[in-house]
Amino acid sequence: MGAGRLGAPMERQGRAAAASAAAGESVSLDVETRRREPLRRRANSAVPSASGAAEGVRRERPGSLSGTASTVRPRGEGLRKRRPLFPWFGLDIGGTLVKLVYFEPKDITAEEEKEEVESLKSIRKYLTSNVAYGSTGIRDVHLELKDLTLCGRKGNLHFIRFPTHDMPAFIQMGKDKNFSSLHTVFCATGGGSYKFEQDFLTIGDLQLHKLDELDCLIKGILYIDSVGFNGRSQCYYFENPADSEKCQKLPFDLKNPYPLLLVNIGSGVSILAVYSKDNYKRVTGTSLGGGTFFGLCCLLTGCSTFEEALEMASRGDSTKVDKLVRDIYGGDYERFGLPGWAVASSFGNMMSKEKREAASKEDLARATLITITNNIGSIARMCALNENINQVVFVGNFLRVNTIAMRLLAYALDYWSKGQLKALFSEHEGYFGAVGALLELLKIP
Amino acid sequence: MAERGASGGGSGGDSLDKSITLPPDEIFRNLENAKRFAIDIGGSLTKLAYYSTVQHKVAKVRSFDHPGKDVEQDHEPPYEISVQEEITARLHFIKFENTYMEACLDFIRDHLVNTETKVIQATGGGAYKFKDLIEEKLRLKVDKEDVMTCLIKGCNFVLKNIPHEAFMYQKDSDPEFRFQTNHPNIFPYLLVNIGSGVSIVKVETEDRFEWIGGSSIGGGTFWGLGALLTKTKKFDELLQLASRGRHANVDMLVQDIYGGAHQTLGLSGNLIASSFGKSATADREFSKEDMAKSLLHMISNDIGQLACLYAKLHGLDRVYFGGFFIRGHPVTMRTITYSINFFSKGEVQALFLRHEGYLGAIGAFLKGAEQDSPNQYSWGENYAASSGLMSTSPELCPTQRARSGTFDLLEMDRLERPLVNLPLLLDPSSYVPDTVDLTDDALARQYWLTCFEEALDGVVKRAVASQPESIDAAERAEKFRQKYWSKLQTLRHQPFAYGTLTVRSLLDTREHCLNEFNFPDPYSKVKQKENGLALKCFQSVTRSLDSLGWEERQLALVKGLLAGNVFDWGAKAVSDVLESDPQFGFEEAKRKLQERPWLVDSYTKWLQRLKGPPHKCALIFADNSGIDIILGVFPFVRELLFRGTEVILACNSGPALNDVTYSESLIVAEHIAAMDPIICSALREDRLLLVQTGSSSPCLDLSRLDKGLAVLVRERGADLVVIEGMGRAIHTNYHALLCCESLKLAVVKNAWLAERLGGQLFSVIFKYEVPTE
Repeated sequence: MGAGRLGAPMERQGRAAAASAAAGESVSLDVETRRREPLRRRANSAVPSASGAAEGVRRERPGSLSGTASTVRPRGEGLRKRRPLFPWFGLDIGGTLVKLVYFEPKDITAEEEKEEVESLKSIRKYLTSNVAYGSTGIRDVHLELKDLTLCGRKGNLHFIRFPTHDMPAFIQMGKDKNFSSLHTVFCATGGGSYKFEQDFLTIGDLQLHKLDELDCLIKGILYIDSVGFNGRSQCYYFENPADSEKCQKLPFDLKNPYPLLLVNIGSGVSILAVYSKDNYKRVTGTSLGGGTFFGLCCLLTGCSTFEEALEMASRGDSTKVDKLVRDIYGGDYERFGLPGWAVASSFGNMMSKEKREAASKEDLARATLITITNNIGSIARMCALNENINQVVFVGNFLRVNTIAMRLLAYALDYWSKGQLKALFSEHEGYFGAVGALLELLKIP
Repeated sequence: MAERGASGGGSGGDSLDKSITLPPDEIFRNLENAKRFAIDIGGSLTKLAYYSTVQHKVAKVRSFDHPGKDVEQDHEPPYEISVQEEITARLHFIKFENTYMEACLDFIRDHLVNTETKVIQATGGGAYKFKDLIEEKLRLKVDKEDVMTCLIKGCNFVLKNIPHEAFMYQKDSDPEFRFQTNHPNIFPYLLVNIGSGVSIVKVETEDRFEWIGGSSIGGGTFWGLGALLTKTKKFDELLQLASRGRHANVDMLVQDIYGGAHQTLGLSGNLIASSFGKSATADREFSKEDMAKSLLHMISNDIGQLACLYAKLHGLDRVYFGGFFIRGHPVTMRTITYSINFFSKGEVQALFLRHEGYLGAIGAFLKGAEQDSPNQYSWGENYAASSGLMSTSPELCPTQRARSGTFDLLEMDRLERPLVNLPLLLDPSSYVPDTVDLTDDALARQYWLTCFEEALDGVVKRAVASQPESIDAAERAEKFRQKYWSKLQTLRHQPFAYGTLTVRSLLDTREHCLNEFNFPDPYSKVKQKENGLALKCFQSVTRSLDSLGWEERQLALVKGLLAGNVFDWGAKAVSDVLESDPQFGFEEAKRKLQERPWLVDSYTKWLQRLKGPPHKCALIFADNSGIDIILGVFPFVRELLFRGTEVILACNSGPALNDVTYSESLIVAEHIAAMDPIICSALREDRLLLVQTGSSSPCLDLSRLDKGLAVLVRERGADLVVIEGMGRAIHTNYHALLCCESLKLAVVKNAWLAERLGGQLFSVIFKYEVPTE
């Protein structure tokens, strides 16, 4: 995010894309391997350690403000020695978007301030005094978590994102700002932590500490939910999602998080079944995710940003594009109990030349959004049934500023499961992987 | 006919298509007797179904009034043959493009004689659109039937009645089609119908099925979205685009996200992480081919994934795929199969159906024909008239059809009696009748196809000779030659056209083609003559057998069975001898036989068994008429009866080559009974029972046998099965496992086959098997 260099080739402001990292391997990871890893780790965690205390705190789900947590965290020299040097970053390099969380210490003493090297200071000032970096980096100010205590330090947690294709500029900035002299550890997750590892090393002289993305995701979600959202609830759901008038976003207390079906919608989609803090498995995934929505919208409408695609979708009418049950049967298909409003064939009307000509770009964007969202809902519902789980948390950057998709997921899950399944959402939707990486840096279990 | 249909193709508008000349006698056959119409109108293809009757000549055998006396007179045949007309029921299914609708309806109206028909059952999305046209043209009332109900009914019907209906599609094997033997119980299964959307239906019984889910991302999405992205309007053209494209240019793959590291992580880099993930840019152009391919993968993977999730939820592993997205398109079968394998980790099999396109029409027809109870009968695919798999696929036979979706036919004959499994099969679900799969074994395929080609002249000649009084026999025989020849050529290029290619299917196809041109029984006169001659020798043969000691006699009986089996007009090596040497007889045949030890020889074990207690009841499948049945089988039967074993003698219901038919066996038995007290009393006391197999094939499918036979086998507690002849014991059933003792014996009358088995011409197979505990 250096000095306008990052994203210099890009011209459009806010050219952020839809996706987060974890989804990448939508159809790739072996469930068995996944299952084994956490179990092994759990065995390790049986060794008594200071982390045990922190774990206990987590279980008790303390209030969201930092004070509570700090009282139970051991302070003192031992911890201080193990505490990594600033700056504290967590990085999640996805297929489309890089997510960066940065902890800004607010309890810096005058002495510390004096000792603080110039480059560190400049990073802190640069990140915290701007809301946009270069032409593509964005700080989601509204997500900032204030007065958080981490490893005994009090500060604010900042949430920043930029497109993955600007990674080279980011690495170059690290080199220019002489990051390597800070002896900091970059904890990174997401497929890009592998892809760019060599570049970090050769160009930036920085050693990445690579972390498993699903581990990070789950860690991040559980942690962020435990600290809340500046006094408000992190988790929420929709009441009357289908009714524009009556639809309400309401807080949800995730007091019994397990078992949980976690649907992470980035470029692609990963679906995890979480049974406890460190026992989870990847159930499946799909390649039809946020990247598909945005990619198809670019091809169909010529739009150039995710926000633009969503904005078009909000003005469109998908029923001009999709063939509904009633278009085929004149009403409900009673033999199978299908309501007339259900989509029988996504883009089905586009088989006809006349209807192709009659459909607007907005209609196409809307239909794309509805198609991808319904499909994710349908796969999530089947997974929930197969795994016998009834609360489904949807996260990932596809849902960012995407109320249409969230309400549709909420409605579809409720309708097709006859009220058995509940769709839940989380305020920091796309940043959990990066948060998990930061927690690893701080060795917070 | 397709060429004619396609003449207006390419630019072809509706007006051109309507003016085409149909080759009606080749498509809408037997319309004069047609009744009970049903029609399934899809987005581009119409499937018409009707029930008709086919009149064909059959050779009937009948005893003379005083059989006992006549047989002694040298010049008299043992029975008379009369050619009669017989009427059998047949189902016709025709697929044609919607653009020909008007021309087809006009043709049907002009040729429809039967005026009892008042309604036509209609299903499919287009039924509404064409309702008025159909009612106006045919003057029939259109009765609309539920699409899915028809589909399921049709699916049940083909799964029950057509062997090798279902297949797996395997991309890298040659050929790509792996046919499934019919499972005795077809339920429960999952049907995934990929039309414009996707319906997933769980079928539990004949009448019980349930829509368990679906998806809006289906064929309509491929077509509609594909048309938007590529400006290509036709479904087939979109598929062709897709087959040329590279999806990696459009999709974000795992390797795009992970770089090269995916290998060390054990990830496959080629997996799609995000469909269309790379197109999220306004800066690049993408090729139509690449976008179509990406779309195809996206949709196929999605459907496969959902199908697996539903299969898992309902604990089902048999999943059949159908709908226009699949229909005859190797491209989509490939991607769906890949997806199913991937998501189910091999636990679920993607199965496709040879007659998938006809399911709706078959189902609608069955709904309308309920009063004829078509489900009570067994039906058989008529190989002569049916087009075969992929007949209209431009991808597989570009020369045969200029464009996809031209005419395709399926005809099914109603079989006289219901067919069931032989109750003595060890495991009906794993029983495969055929010994060699010629779709697999390219060498054997080439040999047998050539063998059948070379034998064709002889068959034609025999067919003409069998009807000396007919003025058009030569003409019909020529048509037969052309038909069968073209079938053989089709099978050379598409061995999978009618399911697994086997010697049996080649033989059956020939029988169907002969019947098609009214040569129901070309060997009837030969059989008549040979039966007459053999009957004259019966007593001397039994006398000489009776003069032997017990052990000697057992061997002589077996040798007699084997020598009798040499007389097979189906084997070229033998028919050449029989044609050139009319004096060739039983004794000459015995001398031809291989000396012991035979190629497969468990005679000692058999003899040992005979020293033990008699069998309760033996089921014998006989082969040829004449010397084989009379001097080989009957003396053997007589010995069994003498030992106290009851005998069920099973012969073919209809003619095939010179195989003995059930009605001939009745007459032969009658004549023998007149000469032999053992046979006579056994017949009278129901210790010797003559039954029909339900088959008209030179081979034997133990999973499709006459129900009456099966009942009898159960009632009598048959504990020995004797299968005789190359067709029944070598080409088929050589590896068949039974739950009782069995004897498979044959003389290998084909040098190539003998060599394959490690022997020479006239090698003997004598395989006596006792089931292991």
